Amino acid sequence: MRSRLTFRGTLASMAARALMKGLLGLRPSRAVMVGYSVGGHHYSTAASIKPPPPQIDDSNVTDKILSLPLEKPDFFRVSELVSLKELFDARVHLGHKKGCRHRLMEPYLYGCRLDHDIIDLDQTVEHLQLALNFTAHIAYRGGIILFVSRNRQFCHLVENTAKDCGEYAHTRYWQGGLLTNGNIQYGPGVRLPDLIVFLSTLNSVFQQHVGIRDAAKMNIPSIGVVDSNCNPSLLTYPVPGNDDTPVAMELYCRLFKMTIKRAKDKRKQMELLQGLCSTGPDRL
Amino acid sequence: MEYIKKQVEEFDIGKRHLANMMGEDPENFTQEDIDRSIEYLFPSGLFEKKARPLMKHPDQVFPKQRAIQWGEDRRPFHFLFYTGKQSYYTLMHVSTAGSRKSPSSFQNASSPLLPPRVISYSDRHSLSASRWLKKEELEELLVENISIQDYNRFIQLMESLLSMPYCTIEEEFVLRYRQNLEAQSRKQAMPVLERDERGVAFSTADGRRKTSDSTVTLRDCGSGRITINGRDYLQYFPVLQDREQLMFPLQFMGMLGRFDLECTVSGGGRSSQAGALRLAISRGLLSFLSDGEMENMRQAGLLTPDPRVRERKKPGQKKARKKFTWKKR
Repeated sequence: MRSRLTFRGTLASMAARALMKGLLGLRPSRAVMVGYSVGGHHYSTAASIKPPPPQIDDSNVTDKILSLPLEKPDFFRVSELVSLKELFDARVHLGHKKGCRHRLMEPYLYGCRLDHDIIDLDQTVEHLQLALNFTAHIAYRGGIILFVSRNRQFCHLVENTAKDCGEYAHTRYWQGGLLTNGNIQYGPGVRLPDLIVFLSTLNSVFQQHVGIRDAAKMNIPSIGVVDSNCNPSLLTYPVPGNDDTPVAMELYCRLFKMTIKRAKDKRKQMELLQGLCSTGPDRL
Repeated sequence: MEYIKKQVEEFDIGKRHLANMMGEDPENFTQEDIDRSIEYLFPSGLFEKKARPLMKHPDQVFPKQRAIQWGEDRRPFHFLFYTGKQSYYTLMHVSTAGSRKSPSSFQNASSPLLPPRVISYSDRHSLSASRWLKKEELEELLVENISIQDYNRFIQLMESLLSMPYCTIEEEFVLRYRQNLEAQSRKQAMPVLERDERGVAFSTADGRRKTSDSTVTLRDCGSGRITINGRDYLQYFPVLQDREQLMFPLQFMGMLGRFDLECTVSGGGRSSQAGALRLAISRGLLSFLSDGEMENMRQAGLLTPDPRVRERKKPGQKKARKKFTWKKR
């Protein structure tokens, strides 16, 4: 619980960061839209360092676009995507055997039947809704989402999901300094992911994935599908559920893909709307 | 990128200046002409060829580098950017069996009534005449550094792709990662086939082994006589092993009674003379054979000169390899 509260605080800072990025980065996309030219606004050459001062209309409009989803609790209506029956049919409630159980997963379990752990689907539904809502907000603000899963059975599926959403995936061997040593690994001035989604928190040798610890170190929020043998402590949005069945994995991938697409479409819609609104009075 | 474009422009201008200086046509000034003129204008006595003055196109001089991987909003272009080795992992992603076209679509395209034909790996001719790309060549292709384990995984994946039925669909994709082997037989130097006054075809060839030199003339007369240094082969080589060495090339080709051999041999011992003669006979036989039979001979090892020579004795040792008795103290 505590970890989630601290992240609300960083969300505001993230919003500020996203705002700045929006101001600098969204210009090219907006310039394409007809009728939304920020009147008389000249772009300086590469020689000058300081970006041109933003116009007052711009900041108001971007503010409105970014603050609108935060007014309602379920702006993207993710609760419609998740239903208990669907989770049950996809066998999400099946955990591992009693011997594999992790101590910290006990609050999320409904019970144990013939040595098999059953995950409480009511809690899963709540956690999944929170997680999907969070991804939708991140995708709406143009954040980078990284899908991680070290399960070889679903590596291809996860990569395809990421490609379809327009987000990123990493289902291969995790080199030590990918997040913590980003500037040297990738190049100076790289942008690290704003959200990491672990579709399976364990790696090939049934130990906790290094990415969870690295994400916590780099202050990157993480969502993770935790099975009954996983450790949910370092994740910001743990989602208790089965991570070994193909049906369950396909369900998760479908859900994440739908939320991200929904959020991105909503963003484009908002920008178009605001563009039309602001040029309305100017045209006179 | 702009730097490289500037370099290319400068190179083009420099090329034209050079052509004018040499008094040649600036339009058709090839790389060989450039090399020639640079060697003439800047003669260098350095032994290392790479240290001499060089004028080449910037694409060949500057190593291939990656352009910046992200756009204005700093989002990376490629979806596998955060793995570190994006082109290698895209290759792996694309070549996994799940992503290749399914056989059902292939079947529907050809004709649904025919039973499915499964073509195995070994039947494919184009695959037998090529080899997998080496690690360095793959690195060059992907512009990325790969580890040995990554390379082995890649080869494993390709082999598993080809071992499945309907591998012909993926053949085109797989051939991109194969390099053609040159047939070694093309490089063989063949002796000339001459004609006698009587019209008999004959050819002469040399052979060497250890310190023996031999010359053999094969005449297409029809008898099986062999003369070495003026004497009969039975007299010259009393040991069966040496005579077998002489016969082996003809026996292999099945032309035992066809040729008349006139040989001269000098130097070496009994066995090395026999070996030299064998090589000379196989070389002489080449002009009477087709390409396929020549390839057979090459694969049998008849055309390879034996490089083994006597190793010298070293000081501090008894013989070439034998050392003096080792004493602990």
